[in-house]
Amino acid sequence: MKFSLEWLKYYLETEASAEEISAKLNAIGIEVEGLEDPAESLAGFTIARVLTAKPHPDADRLQVLTVDTGTGDALQVVCGAPNARAGLVGVLGSPGATVPANGMQLRKSEIRGVESNGMMCSSRELELGDDHEGIIELPEDAPVGTGFAEYSASTPIFDVAITPNRPDCMGVMGIARDLAAAGLGTFKPVEVPEIVGAFPCPMEIRTDDPEGCPAFYGRVIRGVKNGPSPEWMQRRLIAAGQRPISALVDATNYLMLACGRPAHAYDLAKLSGAVVARRAKDGEEVAALNEKTYSLDSDMTVIADERQVHDIAGIMGGEDSGVTEGTTDVLLEIAYFDPASIGTTGRRLGLASDARTRFERGVDPAFLDDGLALLTDLIQQCCGGEASEAVRAGSPPMDAKSVAYDPALAANLGGVAIPEDEQRRILAALDFEVSSDWQVTVPLRRHDVEGPADIVEEVVRIHGLDSVLSAPLPRMEGVARPTATPAQKLERKVRRAAAAAGLNEAVTWSFISEKEAAAVGGGHWVLDNPISEDLKVMRPSLLPGLLSAARRNLDRGASSLRLFEIGRRYLAEGEHPSLAFVLVGDRLPRDWQSGKAQAFDAYDAKALCLSLLEAAGAPVGNLMIMGEAGDFYHPGQSATLRLGPKNQLASFGAIHPRTLEAFDIDVPVVAGGIHLDAIPAKKGGGFARTAYAPPALQSVTRDFAFLVDADVPAGDLLRAVKNSDKANIVDARIFDLFQGQGVPEGKKSLAIEVTLQPGEKSYTDEELKAIADKVVAAAAKQGAELRG
Amino acid sequence: MADIEQLNGDAQSRIGAAEDLAALEALRVEFLGKQGSVSALLKTLGKMTPEERQEQGPKIHALREGVQAALTARKEALENAALESQLAAETLDLSLPAPGMPQGSIHPVSQVMDELAEIFADLGFAVATGPEIEDDWYNFTALNMPESHPARAMHDTFYFPDQAPKGGKMLLRTHTSPVQVRTMLEDGAPLRIIAPGRVYRSDSDATHTPMFHQIEGLVIDKGIHLGHLKWTLETFLKAFFEREDIVLRLRPSYFPFTEPSVEVDVGFAIENGQDGKGRRVLGGSGDEPGHGWMELLGSGMVNSRVIEMSGLDPDQCQGFAFGVGVDRLAMLKYGMDDLRAFFDGDVRWLRHYGFSAFDQPTLSAGVGARA
Repeated sequence: MKFSLEWLKYYLETEASAEEISAKLNAIGIEVEGLEDPAESLAGFTIARVLTAKPHPDADRLQVLTVDTGTGDALQVVCGAPNARAGLVGVLGSPGATVPANGMQLRKSEIRGVESNGMMCSSRELELGDDHEGIIELPEDAPVGTGFAEYSASTPIFDVAITPNRPDCMGVMGIARDLAAAGLGTFKPVEVPEIVGAFPCPMEIRTDDPEGCPAFYGRVIRGVKNGPSPEWMQRRLIAAGQRPISALVDATNYLMLACGRPAHAYDLAKLSGAVVARRAKDGEEVAALNEKTYSLDSDMTVIADERQVHDIAGIMGGEDSGVTEGTTDVLLEIAYFDPASIGTTGRRLGLASDARTRFERGVDPAFLDDGLALLTDLIQQCCGGEASEAVRAGSPPMDAKSVAYDPALAANLGGVAIPEDEQRRILAALDFEVSSDWQVTVPLRRHDVEGPADIVEEVVRIHGLDSVLSAPLPRMEGVARPTATPAQKLERKVRRAAAAAGLNEAVTWSFISEKEAAAVGGGHWVLDNPISEDLKVMRPSLLPGLLSAARRNLDRGASSLRLFEIGRRYLAEGEHPSLAFVLVGDRLPRDWQSGKAQAFDAYDAKALCLSLLEAAGAPVGNLMIMGEAGDFYHPGQSATLRLGPKNQLASFGAIHPRTLEAFDIDVPVVAGGIHLDAIPAKKGGGFARTAYAPPALQSVTRDFAFLVDADVPAGDLLRAVKNSDKANIVDARIFDLFQGQGVPEGKKSLAIEVTLQPGEKSYTDEELKAIADKVVAAAAKQGAELRG
Repeated sequence: MADIEQLNGDAQSRIGAAEDLAALEALRVEFLGKQGSVSALLKTLGKMTPEERQEQGPKIHALREGVQAALTARKEALENAALESQLAAETLDLSLPAPGMPQGSIHPVSQVMDELAEIFADLGFAVATGPEIEDDWYNFTALNMPESHPARAMHDTFYFPDQAPKGGKMLLRTHTSPVQVRTMLEDGAPLRIIAPGRVYRSDSDATHTPMFHQIEGLVIDKGIHLGHLKWTLETFLKAFFEREDIVLRLRPSYFPFTEPSVEVDVGFAIENGQDGKGRRVLGGSGDEPGHGWMELLGSGMVNSRVIEMSGLDPDQCQGFAFGVGVDRLAMLKYGMDDLRAFFDGDVRWLRHYGFSAFDQPTLSAGVGARA
């Protein structure tokens, strides 16, 4: 909200400077977003009289003027305005001045060969209005040579943000009251004139919707002459960013901006029959003042006559009954609308207005009669006319809230001890009534104040939050205890393990496009109001986001990427913390030592999954390699790691070529995903490890070579071998895999090194033979045959 | 016995001249082998008289030992020469590059969240989490924003078509504050938590992204007041930025879920970076010449209605809450200037602004990682 210092001073007697006022506004919770001094922005613009105007020799639409700026020397200025003529008094921008509307700095120039020493300005260029048809025309007696800022009595303009709890500060007067309470001057409330009706109100006013419109006051003014509003009013409205329209409209706007009190004026000639606040009929339409037509429903309150709806109550007036230049008789409406239903109606219609903003936050229910009298007076000042008696239908909610307050709360909740006298003074200045035993009666305009904490806020903010002193939180006994949960610790470990393994952590959007979601089987959570189609579906997998990031990197020339992310997958039944990674392009670049570049393969993804699971404390030795990694992956180069058929910890593999195509990637990509919440928590909470002493005797190794059907998983054979004698075999590794010459078609040769750990005594030959027999027997069960 | 001297001279000179181990071995056989000339001399000892033996014995033994020593010395010399020439042949150009080790990195958001967890753990705060796809009730209603509340409009909320169990629609949480309610309902009082995580607003421009990170702080106990809030924020910011001159300015504001509500500004100075560009550096009062105040976070005393709706008795406990942007803190501390880059995954950016896996924030080492 904007207002000028001049307007503020109408309600606040103060010697404070604009800067002091600005600082105080911030200090009491009215945030100043801008403080503009037109005296600065209008520097370099002076009042000038056009002496002569001749056509430009080389341009049809331009004129060459000579102007008098009071210095005695006539200046030559080229001007394109059609109204530029000899004798006109206007505003000249001199070289060096900056045009407020567009920031352009004026300079001496040549326009089509003719020297120009500045610019005669339009209203729009000086941000005084919308007019850009011609240059400003000032009265003939305007003092030539005087600075325009001085002439227009411009004053600093504040732009403040009013928080939604303070509709009472959505008028200049409310702001003045707060400032006065904070010691910045004396509050001068507006003087409400007494209006004596000259005749009974000829219009019947009713409220048939006491819920939505508890009170509807009004009166008729006959014989008004609508036209431009007076200059003082226009100046204040312009400073507030409101375009002057006509005296009748300006007067209602002025009341709203001055007192936070929206009102409406109807052209009486366009009304027929009683004017009633009622619920709209479903499907009923109204053409509003913004030139749009709205379809209403029966939850919405409207003001209507017997023919049609004339006003979406408290939000926007109707076009058909709006005042015009020719309006002579008006009906004024000052009503109290239910804030909640105004909010609902406004949201449902998608219609914002200054009136709605105030009504839905709550206007002062005690200000209906005063508002009506002020508006009547303003209109009569501007347009003359004869006022009827006021009529009042219904009554606003006038139950004042009363709060039992304890002044000790200022210290106990607000953190600053404020003497009781000072608390009383502050509350009184804000129109709170305080009884001797601290029962506080809240002014009706303060809908936001409901309990003792609100009173604390009032007292503390006016007293000044600067006085709140830091008070250490009581320290917990003893040393700091660990506060992270097992899940948080696991996440931290895995994150740092992945980075230590050479991966770069990315953070990508939680939402992806429908197409990307479809590539991983579709997502359940689809936004109603996405910010773009690319950010629409909550990701069911982290991989699409990483693949898109990979593509962006490849587009920028990267040839090798290792990216990972830790975040949530969003499934129908819940959110799951997960890690995913992509290994893109080259594992090794071409190199003087290793030759050609080597691409990542599925084993890289497997190794990474296992090392991350290991870091996470998963029982890696018990994991089973199974299928069903998903259509996203290459069907022959992907797998899952599970602790049981239903307990999947990870999936990994090469990305399916079709998936890569969908993501516009033309290099091989392998990837993996770990379900962090599927990793079983470690049992037991102690620090002690199981007892262990390194064996005294050295381990021995034995090699076995087996022939097995080519489609038997090597891992199955390895597991069988390793488990064939758990008492002696501590490890088994495949060290050779061979197919080709010497190996029958459809078979493969697998060479396994078995590590044996003797206990107290070294193995005898018989013992070694017995172990070897067990190994061979176990391998045979997998269809493997010892090679001769 | 001129023989012995002659033999010795011959052996010593030929051994000294042996060119390789094979030639040396041949000489060993020639002199000391079973049929060797020195061996032959030794054999003659048996046939000698005791007198002769007494005279010749030492000379012949000395000869054998001399030859043996010459063989050993020559062998060592030849082996050393061979090793040296092998080593010379094995010389590598170590200016050639070694195989690269990929350099991983931690995202600044994760790093800063770890830093904050560390700082707040020292103050006794645990880390709490909650869902990002939230129920309308937790995100708004329980935070004193009933359905018709005007402040809801300021939240630019993303909605799902799905109905929420407690009324309204399911939505993406617009702040981390619902975790306050969930934690109070679950754990009761007293309570000290921070709740970091992703939050969402349908807003996108140079300084806003539709997804960003927030950290919520909540203390519920007896006798907690605004002074404790101020101290906690000062302490955390001093620890986070590792400077003592952090100055805060509290301004009254409005949030439905706190009363009184306080906007917190922090003083900064403009300092020129190496690139010559001015950069805002926190520290000092914003009122000092050349300084300013920047809005940092929103906070306040938890509204008694929120405490009530969270299942606690506002007459028995009270507390404060605050919410601050994690991405923003990261930018202020580590100097990134574009929020959007956080979520792009540009590996060059990740490497430049990211952190080593071993920069695990700890209190003893200082939670920050210096450039």
